[in-house]
Amino acid sequence: MSMMKNFMTWIDDRYPATKVWNEHLAQYYAPKNFNFWYFMGSLALLVLVIQILTGVWLAMNYKPDAELAFGSVEYIMRDVDWGWLIRYMHSTGASAFFVVIYLHMFRGLMYGSYRKPRELLWIIGVIIYLAMMATAFFGYLLPWGQMSYWGAQVIVNLFSAVPVIGPDLGVWVRGDYVISDATLNRFFALHFLLPFVLAALVFIHIVALHKVGSNNPDGVEIKKGPKGNRWSDKAPADGIPFHPYYTVKDIAGVAGFLFLFAAVVFFAPEMGGYFIEHPNFEPANPLKTPEHIAPVWYFTPFYAILRAVPSIAGSAFPGVVAMFASILIMFFLPWLDRSPVKSIRYKGGLYKAMLWIFVVNFILLGYLGTQPTTDLYKLLAQIGTIYYFAFFLLMPIYSKMDNTKPVPERVTE
Amino acid sequence: MKKLIVAFLLAVTPMLGLAAGGGVPLDDADIDLSDQASLQRGAKYFMNYCLSCHSAKYQRYNRMAKDLGLTEQEVIDNLMFTTDKIGDTMNIAMTAEKGTEWFGNPPPDLSVIARARGVDWLYTYLRGFYLDEKRPFGVNNRVFPDVGMPNVLWQLQGDQKAIYKTEVHNGTETEVLERLEPAGEGTMSPEEFDQVARDITAFLSYIGEPIQMERKRLGVWVLLFIAVFFVMSYLLKKEYWKDVH
Repeated sequence: MSMMKNFMTWIDDRYPATKVWNEHLAQYYAPKNFNFWYFMGSLALLVLVIQILTGVWLAMNYKPDAELAFGSVEYIMRDVDWGWLIRYMHSTGASAFFVVIYLHMFRGLMYGSYRKPRELLWIIGVIIYLAMMATAFFGYLLPWGQMSYWGAQVIVNLFSAVPVIGPDLGVWVRGDYVISDATLNRFFALHFLLPFVLAALVFIHIVALHKVGSNNPDGVEIKKGPKGNRWSDKAPADGIPFHPYYTVKDIAGVAGFLFLFAAVVFFAPEMGGYFIEHPNFEPANPLKTPEHIAPVWYFTPFYAILRAVPSIAGSAFPGVVAMFASILIMFFLPWLDRSPVKSIRYKGGLYKAMLWIFVVNFILLGYLGTQPTTDLYKLLAQIGTIYYFAFFLLMPIYSKMDNTKPVPERVTE
Repeated sequence: MKKLIVAFLLAVTPMLGLAAGGGVPLDDADIDLSDQASLQRGAKYFMNYCLSCHSAKYQRYNRMAKDLGLTEQEVIDNLMFTTDKIGDTMNIAMTAEKGTEWFGNPPPDLSVIARARGVDWLYTYLRGFYLDEKRPFGVNNRVFPDVGMPNVLWQLQGDQKAIYKTEVHNGTETEVLERLEPAGEGTMSPEEFDQVARDITAFLSYIGEPIQMERKRLGVWVLLFIAVFFVMSYLLKKEYWKDVH
């Protein structure tokens, strides 16, 4: 034991190993009342690791070449040892990442985790979400199936809808006049690079989190409450050391998540055509447009917003603006919420109704984004789009009008 | 845990609205991939009727031998008609240019056709050819209108003719294909032929993802392991959290 101690002293004199361990795990005090929703952060980290590891191994056998890409994926599925498992973990992981992140973001919405002093934490989170979307978009082209190809075509054409510089911008993004081998090659390079940017952003997100401390389902600042618990006199009374209490709890959460994850990987890797779309088993064919092009499910709410906005003078640019605005508006959330309380638990009926309708509306938009447009669906998507923006833009008004309940001094059990 | 399931369902709800699309109702293929005899018959029909125009260029002969319970020699003697080696994938001599010249479009590779189209579509397609003088090969297909492919199984099935009915949509009358009727004897009864279509469909499903049976078999053990791991980790958490509560 003393040898171990000597070894750690030697390390600590040269690198703050014990200090970092204590400050971020063993003596990092998190509120003791975390519930189900607080699993999502650690699960998102787990999925990021799964994606990076499976991704690197896929890259060992994948060929970013328009002639070879589709076949190399089938080669991975058939001839590479356990290639099918690595590939399904990666394809399922992409969707799982968005499931977990949407739940993570919803947790923030419910408990006011974006409110002061966590504005920057939230903003870094939105940047992570943007980086994730970019990574997913680049990655989706790589199997080089029909949906990969035409999905990318549709999205890159959005850039071409920008007035004046649009057409040149489209060519610059694609490296060609159509999606081609040049596009595939650069998308592969970016798809390999971005996850490491993502990992760096996640690191910054956690640094910001540990500066301000975690919020909790009551929205009570434990650092402002009384001090002293069984582990330390100076620590918040409602805090418990992250390690071992939340590490063991998160392990149970990981097990629960992996059960669902493995159920999809082993029994329904296509997830009914939502995780792996059926038309993507046809190789990309630039001469044959599929009847119906729909992005993967995690982009469809924004795709529905894009299609809902009418063109002006034959230009789809207003829709493009609306789509990007629907994501960028999230940056302003910390300043849109004027409620005197953080958590949904102490907000009034008005705010609760707005939030739950927002959830239903988001799922509805997601469904509409997968469907071909009809008059009815277009109208529904337009109503959905208006509500989506109203939820954010009217928040300063309804969050103030709301009848809030008194917030307790301490966290509740 | 209940909340976990609810949250998961909430996240996947939009996925439940999936429909196969296309106007024609598809027949249930009812294939059984654990039935090796069916897969072996499917392989035989595939090699005889499909593999001259369609390739399956990602499927290896020896992999098929192993998965279908055949020896490599049995495959070489009975199922390989070309100069390919047993470790090769199922390629064809016909070029895309020739395919376009003869059929209008090159016949697609069938390696993953079952995953692109679905097994019910394939089963309905194989049984869906009917006489149509307007088409170059004299036949059309009810699930793939104006298909370039002839009915290669016509000797087994016999010809079929289309029975139309008149439907009124918004005041205009349109002729709609209602059903197919036999228009000539084949060498097989309709039941026998349906089994042929089912065997081919099963084989196409198999080559679409050769690992799929093994995947599900392994999955049971993986889920069992994770379930045990979950119980252990939950108990560990409870033990630690005695301090907190």
